[in-house]
Amino acid sequence: MQFPITNTRFKPFILALTITFLVFNIGFAQFNIPEIPEEQTSVYDYVGLLSKNEKINLERKLIKYSDTTSTQIVVAIIGSTKGENIGLLTPRWAHKWGVGQAKEDNGVFILLARDDRQIWISPGYGVEDRLTAGIVGEIVRNVIIPEFKNGDYFQGLNKGTDAIFDVLTGAYKGARKADKNNSPFGFFFLLIIIFIIIMISKNRRGGGGNNGRGGNRHGGFDIWDAIILSNMGRGGFGSRSGGGFSGGGGFGGGFGGGGFSGGGAGGSW
Amino acid sequence: MKKGLISGLGCGAIAAIAIGIFIVISILFGMNFNNKAVALEENVGEAWGNVQTSYQRRNDLIGNLVNTVKGAADFERKTLTEVIEARAKATSISIDPNNITPEQLAQYNQVQGGLSGALKSLLVTVERYPELKSNQNFLKLQDELTSTENTIQTARTRYNEAIKPYNIHIKTFPNSLLAGILNFDSKPYFDSESGAEQPVDVEFDFN
Repeated sequence: MQFPITNTRFKPFILALTITFLVFNIGFAQFNIPEIPEEQTSVYDYVGLLSKNEKINLERKLIKYSDTTSTQIVVAIIGSTKGENIGLLTPRWAHKWGVGQAKEDNGVFILLARDDRQIWISPGYGVEDRLTAGIVGEIVRNVIIPEFKNGDYFQGLNKGTDAIFDVLTGAYKGARKADKNNSPFGFFFLLIIIFIIIMISKNRRGGGGNNGRGGNRHGGFDIWDAIILSNMGRGGFGSRSGGGFSGGGGFGGGFGGGGFSGGGAGGSW
Repeated sequence: MKKGLISGLGCGAIAAIAIGIFIVISILFGMNFNNKAVALEENVGEAWGNVQTSYQRRNDLIGNLVNTVKGAADFERKTLTEVIEARAKATSISIDPNNITPEQLAQYNQVQGGLSGALKSLLVTVERYPELKSNQNFLKLQDELTSTENTIQTARTRYNEAIKPYNIHIKTFPNSLLAGILNFDSKPYFDSESGAEQPVDVEFDFN
């Protein structure tokens, strides 16, 4: 008679114990973000979701994009976030790796968790104004998820990154105007200055008055030239790359140390 | 007697030199301490700025949300009013980053937590309105809100991370003496938000 009583007494205790274990299991299961890889490239497929060709195609495309714009878009594919909120894990991962250039913070990090059926895209500080959560969410909902639902992960990522390119280039001009340091006007202004200086120096040479002062002038021009050239190098116009890019191996200068605020958007399928 | 005098002078000189060295070392030590503390405090201030910016961003978004929801659905007034009131409360409190007291931070936390709670229940209620769930603007707003919640979480974490080296710097032994003299107070950590123990991620996901 006493057995059943102790049994029922113990039942809630055992239940509580089980729940505690379950909760702790979830609490302790934390996703460990991999260390910054030796070879810093654009696609990390940890679970072999993409075929070899697909991976190389996507990788090349993103590296080429980084080569022309210095904007680094990195895709990481994992099995599961191990219960972590993907919306927090993605920017944390991106921040740890420092995707994008440090000065421009122009990284974009895409995390795909295959078994959780979730994807998240986090933009760096410098591209947040264009890749707002609303726009990223729309891309995920309307471009990426439909392909994923068909089981075509490559097409989803391919079209999704194309859409990101479109957003970045589309708003590029608008953002450039607001950015007084790198405005095209400033670039033309520099071109005009260079032109004038060249004309002046030619004039001087043409005049033939090559006395001591003229020589000094010439020295001044060299300094100007150096300043202008160095400014152009820092401006980050189309032709600049993050430090020269090697064959198909990865980002030339590696991850530049870009920062992430924690924002971003995503979805599940 | 003469000998004693000379040795006495020697002792005095040695003492003077020792005191001189001691003063120089203390000044160097103090400068070093002060500069590092200032730099660390600057980091804390910056991290706090990010916390406030992200909360401010949420307040702005809530304004848009309230308008969208009001227009799209004949909404339960009570839930809406709760959000509006909580938002007003949250915007009324601001903290000077150079002088964050534990009480202030707790109050800030509580008020923002209240808003998180009200927002959560609003978004749960919204689920009953299918026309809202298919509204592109509303979906975008939802994405923005989720993103902002994550930014808030990130900013809070980084704030706590920025405080740690500062507090360690001013609390460890020889430094702690100077910290008192130079008025460097330890800074309080963020506890998890009251009224919103969990980040508001699950409720946003209506897919």
